[in-house]
Amino acid sequence: MARIGVFVCHCGENISATVDCGKVAETIGKLKHVVLSTEYKYMCSDPGQTLIKEAIKEHNLTGVVVSACSPRMHEPTFRKACAEGGLNPYLCEMANLREHCSWVHEKNELTTEKAIDIVRTQVEKVKLNSALQPIKVPVTKTAMVIGGGIAGIQAALDIANTGHKVVMIERSPSIGGHMSQLSETFPTLDCSQCILTPRMVEVAQHPNITLYTYAEVESVEGFIGNFTVKVRKKAKSLDEKLCTGCGLCTTKCPQKKIPNEFEQGMGMRPAIYIPFPQAVPNRPVIDREHCTYYIKGKCKICEIVCPTKAIRFDQPDEIIELQIGAIVAATGFDIKHADFFPEYGYGRYKDIIDGLQFERLASASGPTSGVIKRPSDGQIPKNIVFIACAGSRDPAKGIAYCSKICCMYTAKHAMLYKHKVHEGKAHVFYMDIRSGGKNYDEFVRRAIEEDHVNYIRGRVSTIYERNGKLIVKGVDTLLSSMPVEIEADMVVLATAGVANSGAEELAQKLHISYDSHKFFAEAHPKLKPVETNTAGIFLAGACQNPKDIPDSVSQASGSAVKVAALFSQNELTREPLVAVVNRMGPPLHSTCVGCFLCQAVCPYQAIEREDIKTRDGKVLKSLAKINEGLCQGCGTCVALCRSKSIDLHGYSNNQVYAEVVALLNEY
Amino acid sequence: MSDFEPKVVAFVCNWCTYAGADLTGTSRLKYASNVKIIRFPCTGRIDFMLLLKAFANGADGIIVSGCHPNDCHYTSGNFHAKRRWIMFKELMDFMGIDMNRVTFSWVSAAEGAKWAEVVNETVTRIREMGPYVSYKELVNKTIEEEVKNE
Ligand SMILES: Cc1cc2nc3c(=O)[nH]c(=O)nc-3n(C[C@H](O)[C@H](O)[C@H](O)COP(=O)(O)OP(=O)(O)OC[C@H]3O[C@@H](n4cnc5c(N)ncnc54)[C@H](O)[C@@H]3O)c2cc1C
Ligand code: SF4
Ligand code: FES
Repeated sequence: MARIGVFVCHCGENISATVDCGKVAETIGKLKHVVLSTEYKYMCSDPGQTLIKEAIKEHNLTGVVVSACSPRMHEPTFRKACAEGGLNPYLCEMANLREHCSWVHEKNELTTEKAIDIVRTQVEKVKLNSALQPIKVPVTKTAMVIGGGIAGIQAALDIANTGHKVVMIERSPSIGGHMSQLSETFPTLDCSQCILTPRMVEVAQHPNITLYTYAEVESVEGFIGNFTVKVRKKAKSLDEKLCTGCGLCTTKCPQKKIPNEFEQGMGMRPAIYIPFPQAVPNRPVIDREHCTYYIKGKCKICEIVCPTKAIRFDQPDEIIELQIGAIVAATGFDIKHADFFPEYGYGRYKDIIDGLQFERLASASGPTSGVIKRPSDGQIPKNIVFIACAGSRDPAKGIAYCSKICCMYTAKHAMLYKHKVHEGKAHVFYMDIRSGGKNYDEFVRRAIEEDHVNYIRGRVSTIYERNGKLIVKGVDTLLSSMPVEIEADMVVLATAGVANSGAEELAQKLHISYDSHKFFAEAHPKLKPVETNTAGIFLAGACQNPKDIPDSVSQASGSAVKVAALFSQNELTREPLVAVVNRMGPPLHSTCVGCFLCQAVCPYQAIEREDIKTRDGKVLKSLAKINEGLCQGCGTCVALCRSKSIDLHGYSNNQVYAEVVALLNEY
Repeated sequence: MSDFEPKVVAFVCNWCTYAGADLTGTSRLKYASNVKIIRFPCTGRIDFMLLLKAFANGADGIIVSGCHPNDCHYTSGNFHAKRRWIMFKELMDFMGIDMNRVTFSWVSAAEGAKWAEVVNETVTRIREMGPYVSYKELVNKTIEEEVKNE
């Protein structure tokens, strides 16, 4: 026999001002199986909770309904109180009398009647609640960091320093990401390589970190604490144990005309190459797409010159399988290139370049050794135009968002140019200057006031070539939209930051959400910025949206803490509000007929196939089976199931039916 | 007819509309007290047979509401709900249930004001339509007949 206790809260006067709490308690007290119905000023206070704990013992309660505020607010509080009073916490329900009643209706009889209906509904529901035990799942204490940019590097080092194992997967031949391409960094103008390289080396040497470069995630299965990840190690065509990284092969390779990705196409590299001098690991890979041997079937010069005989032309891709407890996605971003802009000539003009190309020109290790020379003829530009918001904040181009970093790096670029070409003129076209951040606005001011960069507020409508000059036409909106025309030698576009290539495929493998621009989605825009909606998978860096280095690093450390917190437990406890497929004795075993339609709708791949077999292994019946670790309890399968064989703890068919009936009928 | 107080049941998901209705409360926006909410984890959990049960038990109107497309907490529950709803709507229509008695809408956790609008608009509409007895009678009659035939 059910013995239900009901506690009606006044919430100070928040509820009692419009709802007659006394009447609610009295009416509910007359319901069948309600052995206690009482009211109190603040149920969530200590004495209020004690009231529940004592009543559970005194009245031997089998269910509790706290009629107070929203369960989204205090359900955990009261479930905990019940547990402390000796009642299974899942035998406690809340009736929402505040947000859904007292706060939204006038003081009158109807409001009190509604309150009674709400409480009665929960009383009928709680009678059908079952005592549930939290689900315990083991935790594999190895993290995987996908992407070896600054965000991934920071996350990996932070996790590794808590004493846990980390596997880092980087798809290019070296870690470092975009930061390794930068010349100097705002707002301090310190050399990017100088602050980055030591961290890259630290990753490679850390005893807790295993680094796989030239590798990509092939598939992800499982759930928080228990992922199985398959990784494809692309063939480097090299025995890494034998290679000493002497680089002789890269100098002898006859195929030397491949656009160098690291230099943003402004230099050439051979088919066997180390992406940049400070690369980690400092070993070459063969780019099979461009290698003469793979194209024509002969060459093998690198094999001949290699002093340690490390070249392996027949090396296959290798698939390795790893057991992982938590994943940090840190796959970064990319930028739009000049060919995205019809108004600026679709990338036809050699001297219209993007921000990353300018970084390479300004970099001491770049193709021009840090001298700003324009690509067409190697001349030093005397007049240079920077265009901010190229593509960003432009719904017509499909990119309505602000790329956040461009205002700052444009100021940096203009400044670097002025530092290198003293007599040169730098102009910046901008929409607004967005320089929120520590010492950021001061930085932009320095560009304007000390380095005399000419900031023009307005958009550039078109650029065309005339007598070897790039004519930049725009307006100055601060001078009542006066047309402006500048004869430039070179133009730098601060193009929009966009999601990295392959982001969508990876998100689908990880089962995490992404937005319409294919940036990975956080679980909550304010309160869960590093979590994803898949438990155990976290975000770091520009894969979430374009961001600068300090933000990427902070977020990486944030996700590392989340991983460390997860790894501080040997077992995870999860809410047991999951789906179950009914089971019974033979010959039926279950009302499930094995149609597996539920498998197709489950967003978490939580539904497995279970074969009922005879002793000699003959399959009698195939049933759906819910993996408790994966099920998130959405209940989509429950509503879909044609034979009503699946039910959801906490929202069972019987419970919701009882609620509908109780809500509409007075007892 | 002026003293007719419609009974409206709202089937809502926990993550968007329930939270949105919480926000209506926190913002102290007032709406008709005729609506009572039943919480589901997700619209994907809503078995539309429950709508029939609600009508059979005397509901005059029903609201079904969850997260906007693409915002479902479980990524796709609302799409499945929407698909099933398109089928079920046809069926209900075929059965002679006046579909004007059902409101299907998306209310996010930030749309407290929208929730009040959805409720008020539905209650006003149902109030004009009057009490819904035909389905209840139909159900009761069939049961009575069945009992008689046994
Ligand atoms: C022109 C320009 C100038 C800038 N200047 C500054 C500055 O001065 N100061 C500043 O603070 N910020 C600056 N930034 C921003 C800075 O580049 C970023 O904040 C930083 O690079 C973000 O780091 P990340 O690790 O998130 O991404 P990334 O640097 O993009 O690194 C991502 C890594 O993940 C790898 N990866 C991608 N996909 C996969 C996959 N599927 N599997 C495995 N690996 C993958 C990539 O190969 C890469 O190594 C600038 C940006 C630009 C474009
Ligand atoms: S309740 Fe949702 S998450 Fe759980 S098995 Fe069913 S469809 Fe999958
Ligand atoms: S959680 Fe709101 S519709 Fe799925």
